[in-house]
Amino acid sequence: MADVNRGNRPLSPHLGIYHYYITMIASITNRIAGVGLAVGALLAVWWLLAAATDAAYFATVDGLVTSIIGDIVMLGSLFALWWHFFGGLRHLYWDTNRGFNLDVANKLSLYSMIGAVVMTIISLLIIL
Amino acid sequence: MDYRTNRKRAAGLGSAKDGVEHYWQMKVTSYALVFLTPLFIFTFGRLLGAEHAQVVAAFGNPFNAVVAILMIGVSFYHLKLGLQVVIEDYVHGSARMPSLLANTFFCYALGAAGIFAVAKIAFGV
Repeated sequence: MADVNRGNRPLSPHLGIYHYYITMIASITNRIAGVGLAVGALLAVWWLLAAATDAAYFATVDGLVTSIIGDIVMLGSLFALWWHFFGGLRHLYWDTNRGFNLDVANKLSLYSMIGAVVMTIISLLIIL
Repeated sequence: MDYRTNRKRAAGLGSAKDGVEHYWQMKVTSYALVFLTPLFIFTFGRLLGAEHAQVVAAFGNPFNAVVAILMIGVSFYHLKLGLQVVIEDYVHGSARMPSLLANTFFCYALGAAGIFAVAKIAFGV
């Protein structure tokens, strides 16, 4: 693409030269959490299909999902789900044309991270 | 400063005209998931590692079954929209269209499978 005339447009600066802001971390981790949730969703559907098949197949799949590796994946998915949940709430708030002040945006990002940790712990307390 | 490329000047077609629809559907599914996600986490989470009969009984309950079906349908549609944007951002050239197709097939197939599974349990295996 380098030899193509892309018009007389300014180039976006490289990621490496930006000043660090928590909104950057909140933004990319929100995307990573969303993509990662595809794995949890795949496991959940497999588990539901097993439950819809019969007790023996369900026992096999349920055993895998609740094995040590399965537990790690499901715990990660739970955390990713809450992370994406609060990251998304932040975007829904921004959609109302509020919270764009730098200080507020930074605080919203921090609060969404804290919310994810707190709700993961509360969920575990209720589920377990 | 002219922001248009040569190709853009030649084609002159503007946008694909479906950006707002994509954005809007993302927002509508987001609002739905604000309510569905907690409801689903607490039913599904408690059933992980439970007996088969207990799982069947739980999804025999209309409320649990409808919440699960809505959660699967809405979240896989939301996932499809989200992964589409990620692919459009990071995948270029000839790999892009197959990736977008694979994403659409993956999300609709899993969504259909999940809804089928819950419906089958709810209606009695």
